[in-house]
Amino acid sequence: MFDMPIINADLCNGCGLCMTVCDCGALVITGSIISVHETDECGYCTDCEAVCPTGAIQCPFEIIVDDSFEQSAEQGFGQ
Amino acid sequence: MAIDIDLLRGIPYFAGLSESDLEAVGQHMFEQTFQRGDMILMEEDTSEVIYFVVSGAVKSFKTSIEGKEQTLCLLRSGESFNDVPILDGGPNVASAVAMTPVLLYGMTRTDMEELLQENPAVAMNVIRVLSKRVRHFVALVEDLSFRDVTGRVAKLLLEYAADHGSPEEPHPRLTQQEMAAMVGTAREVVGRSLKVLEDEGAIRMERHRIVVTNRKALQELGGVVS
Repeated sequence: MFDMPIINADLCNGCGLCMTVCDCGALVITGSIISVHETDECGYCTDCEAVCPTGAIQCPFEIIVDDSFEQSAEQGFGQ
Repeated sequence: MAIDIDLLRGIPYFAGLSESDLEAVGQHMFEQTFQRGDMILMEEDTSEVIYFVVSGAVKSFKTSIEGKEQTLCLLRSGESFNDVPILDGGPNVASAVAMTPVLLYGMTRTDMEELLQENPAVAMNVIRVLSKRVRHFVALVEDLSFRDVTGRVAKLLLEYAADHGSPEEPHPRLTQQEMAAMVGTAREVVGRSLKVLEDEGAIRMERHRIVVTNRKALQELGGVVS
């Protein structure tokens, strides 16, 4: 399962701008609104979010900590 | 292909013009199409054409000698670009790339000058459009020069990274737009700040993740006392 852009159907006006900026075919018009197809081709460039004129697309980033660098630095200092 | 008068009506430069005036404007315009990724303009080149976006999206940007890019603005239907060289005769102030397949209407400098001289309403519209743009760029200059946006983004990431997440309470997630709103800046500036933080080795950008790899570096950049 891949994290994909999130569409707010209530805000989407179906202009299709996001679809034309996307180079992996993850976004398609269904009826008059955009829907997302899960694909590992999506590089999460966030261009679809940037061009959306109504703020209907969100590309949220998970914020996590990777302590391995700090731990290795501390171990290095301890030697 | 004939210029669509209804589309011209939606362009702020031509707001309030009569049907006959719009038809006269249309006679001086021409169509140009670009594919996604095509360079439309290069900064410092000379261009004698002002463009109006009919459909699609165009990114206006500057590039540093080191190759770093700063987005100035995204332009969508109705918006113009390359206005300045048409008015002052100088080189292009920024580059422009098609983010999607793009349909543009263009008008040469000579035709635009003639239109401005003949139609004061268009001149007033141009002043309004450029005034709005000056406000946008002054805010951008303020952010990039006087306000430590990178520091504030660093501080924001530290605050969110402090919440390590659990099955009951997943990791926090933020869009670049939300980060921009939280630190009081534009989305374009957040993108640049994240790149700076990554270059400094404080974070690593992964597909849909911002990984804090060096909290101490992030604290220093964010001016946070540990």
